Amino acid sequence: MKFDAKIPSGPLESKWERHKFDLKLVSPANKRKFEIIVVGSGLAGGSAAATLAELGYNVKCFCFQDSPRRAHSIAAQGGINAAKNYPGDGDSIFRLFYDTIKGGDFRAREANVYRLAQVSGNVIDQCVAQGVPFAREYGGLLDNRSFGGAQVSRTFYARGQTGQQLLLGAYSALSRQIGAGQVKMFPRTEMLDLVVIDGKARGIVVRDLVTGAIESHAAEAVILASGGYGNVFYLSTNAKGSNVTATYRAYKRGAAFGNPCFTQIHPTCIPVKGDYQSKLTLMSESLRNDGRVWVPKAKGDLRAPGEIPESERDYYLERKYPSFGNLAPRDIASRSAKEACDEGHGVGESGFGVYLDFADAIGRLGEGKIRGRYGNLFDMYERITDENPYKMPMRIYPAVHYTMGGLWVDYNLMSTIPGLHVLGEANFSDHGANRLGASALMQGLADGYFVIPYTIANYLASTKLEKVATSHEAFKATEDSCRSRISKLLAVKGSRTVGSFHRELGKIMWDKCGMTRDRQGLQEAIKKIPKLREEFWSDVKIIGGNEELNQSIERAGRVADFLEFGELMCMDALAREESCGGHFRTEFQTPDGEALRDDEKFCHVALWEHEGQPEGPATGHKRHEEALVYENVKLATRSYK
Amino acid sequence: MSWVNRALKSPIGAKVMMAVTGIMLTGFLIGHLAGNLLIFAGPEAINSYAEGLRKFPALLWLARGGLLGAFIAHLAFAAQVTLANRAARPEPYAFNNTVQATWASRHMVLTGCVMLAFIVFHLAHFTWRVTDPQISAMGEFDVYQMALRGFRQPPVAMAYLLAMAAIGLHLSHGIASLFQTLGLNHPRYNRGVRFIGPVVGVGIALLFASIPLSIYLGYVN
Amino acid sequence: MKLKLHVWRQKNKSAKGAMVTYDADNISPNMSFLEMLDVVNEGLSNTGEAPIAFDHDCREGICGSCSLMVNGVAHGPQDATTTCQLHMRSFQDGEELYIEPWRAKGFPVLRDLIVDRSAFDRIIQAGGFISVNTGAAQDANAIPVRKLDADEAFNASACIGCGACVAACKNASAMLFVSAKVGQLSLLPQGQPERQERVLNMMSQMQEEGFGNCTNQYECEAVCPKQISSDYIARLNREFISATLAHPNTRK
Repeated sequence: MKFDAKIPSGPLESKWERHKFDLKLVSPANKRKFEIIVVGSGLAGGSAAATLAELGYNVKCFCFQDSPRRAHSIAAQGGINAAKNYPGDGDSIFRLFYDTIKGGDFRAREANVYRLAQVSGNVIDQCVAQGVPFAREYGGLLDNRSFGGAQVSRTFYARGQTGQQLLLGAYSALSRQIGAGQVKMFPRTEMLDLVVIDGKARGIVVRDLVTGAIESHAAEAVILASGGYGNVFYLSTNAKGSNVTATYRAYKRGAAFGNPCFTQIHPTCIPVKGDYQSKLTLMSESLRNDGRVWVPKAKGDLRAPGEIPESERDYYLERKYPSFGNLAPRDIASRSAKEACDEGHGVGESGFGVYLDFADAIGRLGEGKIRGRYGNLFDMYERITDENPYKMPMRIYPAVHYTMGGLWVDYNLMSTIPGLHVLGEANFSDHGANRLGASALMQGLADGYFVIPYTIANYLASTKLEKVATSHEAFKATEDSCRSRISKLLAVKGSRTVGSFHRELGKIMWDKCGMTRDRQGLQEAIKKIPKLREEFWSDVKIIGGNEELNQSIERAGRVADFLEFGELMCMDALAREESCGGHFRTEFQTPDGEALRDDEKFCHVALWEHEGQPEGPATGHKRHEEALVYENVKLATRSYK
Repeated sequence: MSWVNRALKSPIGAKVMMAVTGIMLTGFLIGHLAGNLLIFAGPEAINSYAEGLRKFPALLWLARGGLLGAFIAHLAFAAQVTLANRAARPEPYAFNNTVQATWASRHMVLTGCVMLAFIVFHLAHFTWRVTDPQISAMGEFDVYQMALRGFRQPPVAMAYLLAMAAIGLHLSHGIASLFQTLGLNHPRYNRGVRFIGPVVGVGIALLFASIPLSIYLGYVN
Repeated sequence: MKLKLHVWRQKNKSAKGAMVTYDADNISPNMSFLEMLDVVNEGLSNTGEAPIAFDHDCREGICGSCSLMVNGVAHGPQDATTTCQLHMRSFQDGEELYIEPWRAKGFPVLRDLIVDRSAFDRIIQAGGFISVNTGAAQDANAIPVRKLDADEAFNASACIGCGACVAACKNASAMLFVSAKVGQLSLLPQGQPERQERVLNMMSQMQEEGFGNCTNQYECEAVCPKQISSDYIARLNREFISATLAHPNTRK
């Protein structure tokens, strides 16, 4: 497999500027000759589709939800980072860059991250211009707050619904272009496969989720912005529909997958209650600004939290990481919670929970102020748990939240398949082994608004692209393979529901490839998953047929891909014999239990290449390495102590 | 004037017209009520008021014309809005429920129809004087006697009271509603506005009702 | 808990539907309403019956996908709560529940409890945006916005587009939805240039989609999971009246 990160030469600060000048342009008159497909309508996809349409390209945008406004970016709560330095507290582009590189445990590309920090300010400008109602101070200027992993206040927010407000901004820009006829929107339409002709991405095959029709769409370039794959764990904070199908199908067609094992476990989620649980709910990380995390010092202490005196509480984050305290990065906070619970200090019925206590903050600031800051989150907590967090501490536990891994892309956000671009959470690019809070929104919008419009033009201008129609045999062949896959699923007529397979896979992944991993567990998982997959293909039960709105088929297709993808994740986790960020191998830790990187051997991106026919299961997965070169930061042991 | 046409056919335009004509009709009611209450001041007062109304026929017919116009417009826009609203939900719910809508707000068409029927009867009763031979035989301006004769008959008094109930309900929603429709809304005054509807509506209805009621009960004779 | 469910079943857009009765056993009060339906569906699948189709995605009350009428109340009995966040502890053991799709001409049923809400998208496409191309923005702090206005704009923009307002309205009116977007953008300085065209275009699209008219009963705000106030409808009326009088012919 050939790959080239195409990182521009020159000093870090001017790489992007120079690169933009070097990129070829498409003249206004020629833009309308190009068709671009965008899969996904979240922050990355929505912003890309809108911007490309504004530029004059013909865009087709696809989402499986009933409206582009419902993409899961909408659920992001806390905020969006930008190096505006409005508070004047010492922030700068370089500091945001450095925090992000360090937060990612030195496993991200310098050039990409620097560019992200550079355009972060433009993202905020753009959103404000669209009418995004960010929080403001009494003087009418924008307010900022602090967030995990940073010592400056650089997070812009709109109460606890920042993702929603940003997405609605992108959605409004997209809607404007749909109204103008420049974007053709396909809601309730799911991408089933990528069509590659002469080695280039030339279109996709989709299923109309209302009628079941399998259809093809041709284009000069394809953009995947289909989000992350956290649902491989079944229980996660992702939306129920979030899935890996688009990216995994592209992987099977030849796109390399970057660092699939890098998963972020978010520390502040509402603990699991019962086996009927369908998803986990996140409580924004911003809560850690005022909440203090603790567990009882005594193991198995069953007293109510209020009855446990101060001296018998262990505020373990403040104890272990005095300089960051409760604002330690996500991976560290999550692992510490797991440790505390594994040692028997956990609280709640299941013993898998720690307290997030607001008593001190309420005492200091008053309940009104806390209600102003987190009212909607507290209400949500109470609705779900039936407990009042103003009166007693919240119980929280880590949950799968975000996947840093994704399709490998070069500096131009193009995958190893020419013409296939990947944006947002779907790509692997900017967060290394751990993402800092409020950075996902920043990356999604930066990719869509400010990077892809430049880089895709270069591809279109510099590549010879014959017109292809959906009557081309490659489309027919891909459609056929999609149809036969569905027929095969329907023909199984087994006895187990799709959901039961998904739960079982999720349990394997969580136990063996979750917050901590080890060789033995991963090897077990790599044995178990193919067996489960086999059982799935011989015993899954799907009610109804293809030519109808059939949610069982939708789920079955997604779970079938998770059943292949889970194995790849475990292989990646097994191959990476070090601990870094969210990837914690128990064999590789410092004496005091911190992640132990191996920069000698693993300061690289793992690229996985699919072996075998795209239609059938993989005959193998081949690992390649893209070395990470750090010219501007020193590889340091990440310390938040 | 296509923009007028378009505005009147738009949902908000139709509502604005209902609000404006509603204000006119409510204004008329208040005037009518003020006149009627003269009955408590004795026969001369109310009879001379009734006679006085006819002194300027041009003005009277202008007022009547305006009133009729407002009335017809109110009905026409009500019909337009109601038909569009019914069409907006072709398939009903199997289980109907309401959270906070008042009975009055949900039955504007019903109370409106009761009022319409009442107005026809009321005109026939006292203006055209065709329902009761005794009233027909009275002099045109002997309003006092007409009222005594009319409201001493239990079914007539009942019909009037029922109509007043409908007016009270219709106005209590209608008046509160017109502020909303015209966009006359401000957090500082909203609480007050919410009371104006029921207070004015029920007030008008009660004062009107006091007349047949006092006659029927013999307080006025 | 045990429940008796009456659920609307309809095979597709053109098929005739009917209420069908199911028993839901072994329901935990800690389940969300949708998890309860998951359990019922798992049971239906095991017996070979088609599971009940319903829209859902984020299950944390923000995407606006879930859309169930529970006993005649959009999103069920709990205030400020979407169906996905409604928990079974809000119901009594042995209770009978009527579960229906949103009903409106503008929201045709696609299957069972799933309706087509693309009319909302088309209303936004008609004008629910600020026309600013990417890259054309000035510095975010160049125009200060009064905090009160920003907060009020936020209250309106919290709309999740679920359609509960339409479902609850006796007239299937989409005025609360339209008013939220019109309100948000008319409160912000960035929204001023298109203020008048926006309200006229969005309202005429709403009408074209077959939604009814507001009769000020405020059922919409009572069921709105984001508690958007009907004050925004008054604001919408005001905006519409002034736009109509000021620029009667500015329309697409």
